[in-house]
Formats: sequence, structure tokens, C-alpha cells
Amino acid sequence: MAGIALRNVSKAFGMQHVIPCIDLDIGDGELVVFVGPSGCGKSTLLRLIAGLEDATSGQVLIDGRDVTQLAPAQRGLSMVFQSYALYPHMSVRDNIAFPLRMMGMERATVERKVADAARVLNLQDYLDRKPRELSGGQRQRVAIGRAIVREPVAFLFDEPLSNLDAALRVSMRMEIARLHQQFGTTMIYVTHDQTEAMTLADRIVVLNHGRVEQVGTPLQLYRHPASRFVAGFIGSPRMNLIEGPEAARHGAATVGIRPENLVLSDHSGRWQGRVSLAEHLGSDTYVHVDVEGVGALTARAAGDFDVRHGGRVWLTPDEASLHRFDGEGRCVTASEVDHVR
Amino acid sequence: MSSIHSRATARLALSPAVILLLAWMAIPLAMTLWYSFHDYQLLIPRGNEFVGWENYAYFLTDPAFLHALVNTLALVGGVLLITVAAGIGLALLLDQPIYGRGIVRVLVVSPFFVMPTVSALVWKNMFMNPVNGLLAWLAQLLGMPAIDWLAQAPLLSLVIIVAWGWLPFATLILLTALQSLDAEQKEAAQMDGAGALARFRHITLPHLARPTAVVILIQTIFLLSIFAEILVTTNGGPGTQSTNLAFLVYSQALLRFDVGSASAGGAVAVVLANILALLLMRLVGRNLDA
Amino acid sequence: MAGRHGRNKLVFTALAWVLALLVFFPLLWTLLTSFKTEGEAVAIPPKFLFFDWTLENYAEVWERTDYLRHLRNSIIISLGSTLIGLAVAIPAAWAMAFSPTRSTRTVLLWMLSTRMLPAVGVLVPVYLLFKQAGLLDSRSGLVLILMLTNLPIMVWMLYTYFREIPREILEAARMDGATPLRELAYVLAPMALPGIASTLLLNVILAWNESFWTLNLTAASTGPLTAFIASFSAPEGLFYARLSAASMLAIAPIVVLGWLSQKQLVRGLTFGAVK
Ligand SMILES: Nc1ncnc2c1ncn2[C@@H]1O[C@H](COP(=O)(O)OP(=O)(O)OP(=O)(O)O)[C@@H](O)[C@H]1O
Ligand SMILES: [Mg+2]
Repeated sequence: MAGIALRNVSKAFGMQHVIPCIDLDIGDGELVVFVGPSGCGKSTLLRLIAGLEDATSGQVLIDGRDVTQLAPAQRGLSMVFQSYALYPHMSVRDNIAFPLRMMGMERATVERKVADAARVLNLQDYLDRKPRELSGGQRQRVAIGRAIVREPVAFLFDEPLSNLDAALRVSMRMEIARLHQQFGTTMIYVTHDQTEAMTLADRIVVLNHGRVEQVGTPLQLYRHPASRFVAGFIGSPRMNLIEGPEAARHGAATVGIRPENLVLSDHSGRWQGRVSLAEHLGSDTYVHVDVEGVGALTARAAGDFDVRHGGRVWLTPDEASLHRFDGEGRCVTASEVDHVR
Repeated sequence: MSSIHSRATARLALSPAVILLLAWMAIPLAMTLWYSFHDYQLLIPRGNEFVGWENYAYFLTDPAFLHALVNTLALVGGVLLITVAAGIGLALLLDQPIYGRGIVRVLVVSPFFVMPTVSALVWKNMFMNPVNGLLAWLAQLLGMPAIDWLAQAPLLSLVIIVAWGWLPFATLILLTALQSLDAEQKEAAQMDGAGALARFRHITLPHLARPTAVVILIQTIFLLSIFAEILVTTNGGPGTQSTNLAFLVYSQALLRFDVGSASAGGAVAVVLANILALLLMRLVGRNLDA
Repeated sequence: MAGRHGRNKLVFTALAWVLALLVFFPLLWTLLTSFKTEGEAVAIPPKFLFFDWTLENYAEVWERTDYLRHLRNSIIISLGSTLIGLAVAIPAAWAMAFSPTRSTRTVLLWMLSTRMLPAVGVLVPVYLLFKQAGLLDSRSGLVLILMLTNLPIMVWMLYTYFREIPREILEAARMDGATPLRELAYVLAPMALPGIASTLLLNVILAWNESFWTLNLTAASTGPLTAFIASFSAPEGLFYARLSAASMLAIAPIVVLGWLSQKQLVRGLTFGAVK
């Protein structure tokens, strides 16, 4: 087990500077999730840590040791790929045993470890099958099995669940969380699904254009997004972002308010608008409202809140829960706004 | 994967092939060019003096050259036409559910394995011979006069012989392509009310564009240098009626021992092949992804 | 519905068999003729099955010619040129498929373009060079030439096969601690084997049947079977039965190989260009 640190790491493919410069510390035993929109450099960052790409500059430290020049296998990490990357011509057993064989481990030990991994992952019945004879979820488990037998100092996952259907994704997500608790090994997990990030992570690293936007626990990011980008990215449904005169009234370029912080009423309130869509989820109702001069807003109401398309409603924001962002999208606190005034 | 170390390894792994092909292209080509500007007779050592464009003038003004050029294009075009058209037909047929498809495919693919000298001799003697050939017998059965194929229609005969050898290639590529055509696509079109003909026109044919391009490109490469078939059947004749560029250069060089003008011819052939290759690449290269 | 489909299937089957037999007929006819006497071979009307089957043509070809030596030449030349070619082409294709650079596409197209170089363009210098180097009429000279002419095709085919192997699998092997050599042996080679096999097959066939260089650069003793057969084109060689027997002997090894390896070959035939 080990902590992982990045020091001034940058990466360019030819002229394209995919990662300008990143500093990051990941604690021992932590489960850190990298999130960000497609193409923001999550995979690249993970592959830099794995050693599959060379950093253009900077250092990668594992357990305080500089591993920047080491080959992937020498870094003691395991990686689970998005496509699973199972060896198609080997049985499940041989797939899981492969890294151990490469270490030159003796046969009996290999077999014991493969059996252990198979038991943990419920793969005992499939050991003699070829990958193509497995379902998506089973393949995923084989890939994880191959990763855990090495007893790595840290696991790297690159969107491991994106090829699975919704139900399987939830159960595999829980399985990964369980493995993390069981082994307590450091994990870095890449996803662009913010729900996955919120539910799995000890800490989340939000990336945008190869830069770290914010690092923090899921709740920190949710409650105190450091930028407009993070505010829009974390949370579902998205935070309402309001620009123009309404934002200016709060001394900001943009103000944000989460759907649950808008009080909905059918007779009075701050803003008046028309319902464009009401999503009844049973426990909650999400109401999409067109407010003149403000824009389209989403508000959360109780499950039995009775509105229909075209209905007239009033919205009142909870002033204390308002997020203010300046022209560059950075968060400004209310006191800073007062100070500027 | 792209560590500096492995990039060096990759360059190392690539270099033998590149160096070999570079040498293979550059050295003989340079020599061809050099000879083409010199008077060089294999049998009469006359000092190999520099003669400028004389060899080219001699080769290009030889009426045989224009003839050979036309013949070359006719051979390539004729064989392509037959193999692509017949190949599409056969491939469509073999794509249907039929009994014994495995054996049928073996039968159809067989001519591809036959060396040109064998196929040419078999056709020449046992089929196209005006007295003992099967085709003559067939003509007689139908009450028509026997044709001396290789004397009366040498080029057409060659086209037939060569097309027979390349038909399997075209058929198999097109068949493979057809079998990769998504059945759901056809079914979707069927649901959309497309009849068999419409399905063929709007789904099957467009799907065949790419493999057809492949067939044309690869066959052209081989067809431009047809040689053995001519050597063992017509020897380029009668006259120069079935001489193509390859055969013309060969006869200049190894029959008349005129290295200078043969080299000029070789250089011309290279230039022409390059023009054609460029045209082809333009035309069909889009369909070949690298 | 089933009835209509059944009838269609019969019609298609009949049509396909007729056409396939038509395509195959010249070979069948050669095979039959090779078992006839010379008299029956030219008989009009032709005899299809009812004639005195004889092996004397084979015996005669065997006695009068040096079939075995030409066969050996063919095997050495086609296999030798292909194996050496593979040894050069596999690393090249591997490099281009897994460490592509901006110039990879250009290099590939350039390689293929060397294949378009007409052989006649370089016939004279190659002839003279070989004469000087004593390679004229030698097997090693042909091995070299055929290796060079087929090299672009081998690289191209292998490249298309290798490119289908997901990069992530090789990366996984690397993460799992495989050295480059083990990566090649345990992961890449088993996955690429079918592709390598069909490349090998197709190029052996191409080399076996190559008849420009083999006819121009060899004389009697080192000629492969293409040259062996060409010697039957002399005017006095109008012995159909004997010609047929010799033809069958020349093509039989490669036709049988082709039939046995049909599956791999069909893929190889497409030069990797059609999936
Ligand atoms: N080998 C490469 N050569 C050139 N550019 C690359 C290479 N690999 C990635 N990139 C570029 O780097 C950027 C980041 O890619 P990366 O794969 O890290 O994104 P990502 O965040 O993982 O996206 P996704 O969520 O879609 O997987 C992209 O713009 C991509 O085009
Ligand atoms: Mg990615």
C-alpha cells in the first residue's frame, strides 16, 4: 500500500498540451476518483501514473519514491482497463495467473492465489472458460481478478463500468467499494459519471482541460464548489446557473442555486414562471420552470406536489445557499462581494 | 507504449524493411536511368557512350511502343471488367444458402493456385487450339467455323486466360465482403418496404464499393506486368498484336540485347505505372485505409 | 414460405454448381487428359470419362525430366523467400501497428508503391547485377528477388492484422510485468498467429507461381516449376497428355496446400483489406 503523488507533472502529445501542470497528493489507502468531461485528460493522467505514457516533465512518486523512470510493471500498480483487455486466447484461470507467472512465482502458489481471487470474485465456475464465453460483468470481474492477484500497492481503474448496463453498473460499483474496504488498498478510479464519483470516492479530483479544478470529498465539492465548472458538473440534476441582471444583483457574474434550494409555491414567491416539464419520480418531483428574465430553472419539490405542464408557479431561492461566481467562473464568497462593494 | 526507449526499438524494428525496399527501389532504378542515356549493347561492347535522349526517341517512336501501350491497357481493362462483373455475380450467388457451399468454394478458388505458365499452356493447347482444342469442337457442334484464337484474336485470348486466373480472387474478396454485410441492415430495409432489387441497389452495391476498389487496385498491380502468359502462348505476336510493355522491354533486352533502349523502355514503363498508380490511388485509394 | 425458400435453394444450388464446375473445368480437363494416351487426348469428339486410364504420362514425365529438382527449387524459393520476408516484415509491421508515428501512413503507402514498380523497369539492371554477382541462375538470387517483391505485401497484410489487436491488451501485459520479448511470445504471437499463417500461405503461393523473375533469371538447373512447365511450350511439345501430366505435377502441391488452408487463405487473399 502506498500514497501516490504527482509533482509538476505535464504531458504533451506533440504540440498538444493535454496536461499543462498538475500537483496532486493521494493518501495511502484512499479511493480517489478522477472526474471530468470527455477528453479532459483523465485517462492520460492515469496512464502517466501507470507508466504507460511518459511524462513530458515532472515526477510521479509512489510511497515517496520517484518512479518516473520506471517501467509500468516495476511500479507495483495494477490497472483495470475500460475494454477489460483480457487475453482472448487464455482461459480465465490463465488470465488471472498471467501476472504471477511473469513474476516467476511457483506453480502451487499461483494456483492458490488464483483460487483465492476466484473465490473473492465468484468466478470459481468459470475458470476454464475463454473470455469470449463470459458475460460483460464476468469479464469485468476477471479483469479485477487479474489486478488483485498481484497484490499491488495501488489499483488504477479506467472507466471500468462504462461497458455495463445500468443495473450491473450499480452492483459492480458496490463490489468495487467492498473490495476497497476489504483490502484497504489505494485506488484511483476514472469516470465521467458523477454519480459513480459521488458514491465511491473518498475524495474527488475534478479535471477540466487537463487542469485540476478542485479536489475534495464529495460533500465538500457539492456544498462548496470552487468554480462554476465544478458547480455545474457535480450534482444531479445540475445546479441552476443564472447570469445577467439577476446575477449582477448579487454582485456576481453568475449565481448558482441547487434545485433543492429553490422553494416552490403555487401562489407567491420571488420569481414567477411557467412549468415546462414536471418529472415525477415518486419521492421527489423535479419541476422545470421558465422564468422570464432569469431563464430555465429546475426546482425540487415534494413527491406529491401537483403541477402540470404550462402551470404557473413561484420560486424563491434560499439566499444562504446561493453560490456566486466571478467573471472567470471562480467562486466568490458573500463577504468578498460585500468587500468589493 | 510510447516511452522513448520503445520508440527507438520501433525504429530499429522498422529499419530493415525500409532499407531493403529503399535499396531495391533506388539502385536498379538509378541504373536503369543511367543505361537509358547510354548506347549499351550486350553483345557488341562499343564503349557505352552517352547518347542523350536517343534511346528514348528510338523506343518511343517505335510503332511497337504505342501498340504495346494500348495492349497493356486493354489487357488490364479487359481482365478487370470480366473479373469484377463475373466476380460480383458469382459472389452474390455463393452468398445464397446453397447445398455444398464448401465444395463450390473450393472449385471456384482453384484457378488462383495455378501458375501462369500452366494455365496459359492448358488454354493454348487444349482449349484454343484450332484443330484439337475443345473450343474448336464446341464451335463445330454449333455449326460455326473453328477460330484460331491465338492467331485471330490474340489479345482477347490472353484476356480470357488471365481473367480465368484472377476470377477467384475477385469472387472471394467480394464474397467475404458480402458475408460481412449486416443481416439486420438488410432486414431493416425489408421492413422499410424495399424489394429485392432495391435492397441490392441501395444496400448491397454500396457495400461492395470498398472491396471492389481493393480488387481493382491489387489486380492492376499484378496485371500491369503480365508476362509469362504472353511468353508461352503468343510470344507477343502475331507481329506485336499481343505485346504489352513488359514483353516489349523483355524482348529488347534479352532477345535483342539492346540494353540502352530496353532501359529507356523500362523507365517509360515506370513512369506510366506511376501515373496509373497515382490515378488509381486517387480514384480508389480513399477506400483503402492505412 | 418454407416451400418457396426450399425451391429457391435448389435453383441457386444448381446454378452455383454449374458455374463452379465451369470455372473449375479447365483443371478437371487437364487432370483427365493426363490419364489418357496421346491419341485419346486429341480425339474428336473428346472423351470425357470412357477411355483407357493410364499412368504412362506421369511415368514418362518422371523419367524424361528432372521434376524432383524443379520441385525442390520451387519449395526452396517460395518458402525461403517467404520466411526471410516474414522475419523482416513482422518487426516492421509490429512497429507500425503499435508505435505509430505521423509518418506511418506515408511509409506504408510508399512500401506498397514499391510493389507497383513494374518489374520490367528494373529487369536490365537486375539481370546485369546478378550476372556480375554470379547470382544469375541461382536459387539464392531468386529467393532475394521474390522476398523483395513480396515484402510490401507481407508488411501490409501483417500490419492490418496487428492493428486489430487492441493496444490495451499489450499494455495490460506490460502492467502485468511481461518483458517485450515475453509480450511478443505469450500475448502478441498467439493472437497474431492466424494472421501470420495466412500471410505466409498467400505469399508462398504468390512466390510459387511468380513467373517473371523465375523465367528471366534462371536456366534449366535452378528453375522452379514455372520454368519447368515453360519448357513444354516449345513447338515440338504438342503432346497434350504429357503436358497435362506435367502441369498437374507442377500445380498439385500448391493446389492441395491451398485447398487444405482455405479458411486462412480466404482471409489472406483479401490482403487484409476487407474484413
Ligand atoms: N496518443 C495520443 N496522441 C495524441 N493525442 C492524444 C493521445 N491520447 C490522448 N490524446 C488527447 O489527449 C486528450 C485527453 O485524452 P484522454 O484520453 O486522457 O481523455 P479522457 O479524459 O480519458 O476522455 P474520455 O472520458 O473520453 O475517456 C484528448 O484531447 C485526446 O485527443
Ligand atoms: Mg478515457
